[in-house]
Amino acid sequence: MQFLGMYHYWVFVMLLMIGFYAVVAKVNLVKKLIGLSIFQSAVFLLYITMSKVSGATAPIFQKGVTDALFSNPLPQVLILTAIVVGISTTALGLGIVVRIKEEYGTIEEQDIQEIDRR
Amino acid sequence: MINLESHLPVLQVVVPMLLAPLVVLLRPRGTAWAASTAISLMAFVIACYLVAGVLSGEEYRYALGAWPAPYGIALRVDAFSALLLMLVTGASSIALLAAKTSIDQGIESHRQPLFFSAWLLVLAGLAGILVAADAFNIFVFMEISSLASYVLVAGGTDRRALPAVFKYLIMGTIGATFYLIGVGLIYMMTGTLNLADMELRIHQVADQRPILVAAGFITVGLALKAAVFPLHVWLPNAYTYAPHAVSVFLAACATKVSIYVLLRFDFVVFQQNLSGHDLQFTAFLMPLAVLAILVGSAVAIFETNIKRLLAYSSVAQIGYILLGASLVSLSGLTASLLHMFNHALAKGALFLAVMGLATRLARLDLAHLAGAARQMPWTMSALVIAGLSLIGVPGTAGFISKWYLVTAALQEGALGIGLVAVIVAGSLMAVVYIWRIVEAAWFEQPLEENIELREAPPLMLGVIWLTALANVYFGLITDLPRTLATDAAQSLLGHLP
Repeated sequence: MQFLGMYHYWVFVMLLMIGFYAVVAKVNLVKKLIGLSIFQSAVFLLYITMSKVSGATAPIFQKGVTDALFSNPLPQVLILTAIVVGISTTALGLGIVVRIKEEYGTIEEQDIQEIDRR
Repeated sequence: MINLESHLPVLQVVVPMLLAPLVVLLRPRGTAWAASTAISLMAFVIACYLVAGVLSGEEYRYALGAWPAPYGIALRVDAFSALLLMLVTGASSIALLAAKTSIDQGIESHRQPLFFSAWLLVLAGLAGILVAADAFNIFVFMEISSLASYVLVAGGTDRRALPAVFKYLIMGTIGATFYLIGVGLIYMMTGTLNLADMELRIHQVADQRPILVAAGFITVGLALKAAVFPLHVWLPNAYTYAPHAVSVFLAACATKVSIYVLLRFDFVVFQQNLSGHDLQFTAFLMPLAVLAILVGSAVAIFETNIKRLLAYSSVAQIGYILLGASLVSLSGLTASLLHMFNHALAKGALFLAVMGLATRLARLDLAHLAGAARQMPWTMSALVIAGLSLIGVPGTAGFISKWYLVTAALQEGALGIGLVAVIVAGSLMAVVYIWRIVEAAWFEQPLEENIELREAPPLMLGVIWLTALANVYFGLITDLPRTLATDAAQSLLGHLP
């Protein structure tokens, strides 16, 4: 069953689309940010699953073990960086939402547009 | 004694990045500005050294911490990166040098150190993108510069900047994440992140479909970041409501750095390895470029806020840059790279002049500009010179790149004539929107409130004129940008079969 064997790609695609949908369709700015986080997490999953070598262990050297099969550590390291980027983005986004709430008194997109038009 | 010259590529990033946190500590009034201007000028000097080195035929390669390339982080500076490094650091220095009064007006003094620190991080991030030789570092630096630039755009007093920057954050992050997906797919197939290694290994890949998908993700993601029409919707509001100094800096170079990544990726990694990719590249980008020129210019004609007008004009100018690149020919690419340089000069000078106006005027609507030129003739004349350069009048920098663009288009036969028509139409529309500013400022009856206006502050005025005259200088003596652009275009096309 090749279809099921590739299930992690399906999870990646579904998470990506759920996140993307929330970013596009939701009008509440916090919900948009949640969508953005899901969107980014999907990509983390893509990287992490690609590094898995079946039957392999975590890439840590052990004394006396020379024939161990390791998973690829590089994508995991990359994603560590990308997670930090994602957290900073979410934090900054939430900070902006707080400022918007202070200035406009609302975090609904169409209300903000309404206020700006006046 | 270390040989500093060999460390220049890394110093370009390290100097602003490490000094940025220190600027936060500079509490006394004005010191943060002075320090960050000095740091930015230092970065500009480093960039000039790199340009001089590149012009003498050197290509800088640098292994960070002396770890060799496949394991360590590699940096690389060639003609293309040197051209843009000079642009980015130059725009930052000029904007900072002129911005003292404007920033004092717009940002409380206790927040200024943080603002300048974020500015230096943008500079470090943009410089990092330009020196990085591998795809993932480009992503990291792209996010450093983007996150810091969201802070800059939201740093002013205008509350409308906040929804604008939120939109910018959402779209910028989606763009960067798309890019990351593309890089991940390529890494899966080739096992490398280094652009040069990717180029070598991609043709050994048997199944090309993931690479094609990756090309799609990377192109769309970077197009979002570069504000390619119709993905430009974040740009006008972000530029309009940002503090004026930030508009100068970002309008001059931020989107061009994304175009740099787009072109490098496409020409180095994809073009020769995917069958028919040059046709796809042209078929995808050329219509968007044409639409950007026509729609961007047309919208600019009807805008009443000067900064919004110039922002839409930027959308159109990005169109010219992409149009040159989408021809996939030596002359087209040269024109495209030249236009990056010349547009940065023209748009930088225009936004500088607008910053000068903003220090004196209450609002930046055309109606409020009425008669301002009578009280501020020097500021307005500089704006007119920069405007002429944007239009592409002979004798200014803008003319050179448009001339190259038209020449490149004419080599394409019947299609080229259509493209020339688009370029001419875009330039004529530029005449209209620049004329609207000139008409309001010079020929209308001065408003009551505009009678007491004074010229922009002396330092600012000096810098405005410096950039305006640079537009004329590079319109007459074109050796420097032309040599760099030609070298860069040759090396990009050198990757094609």
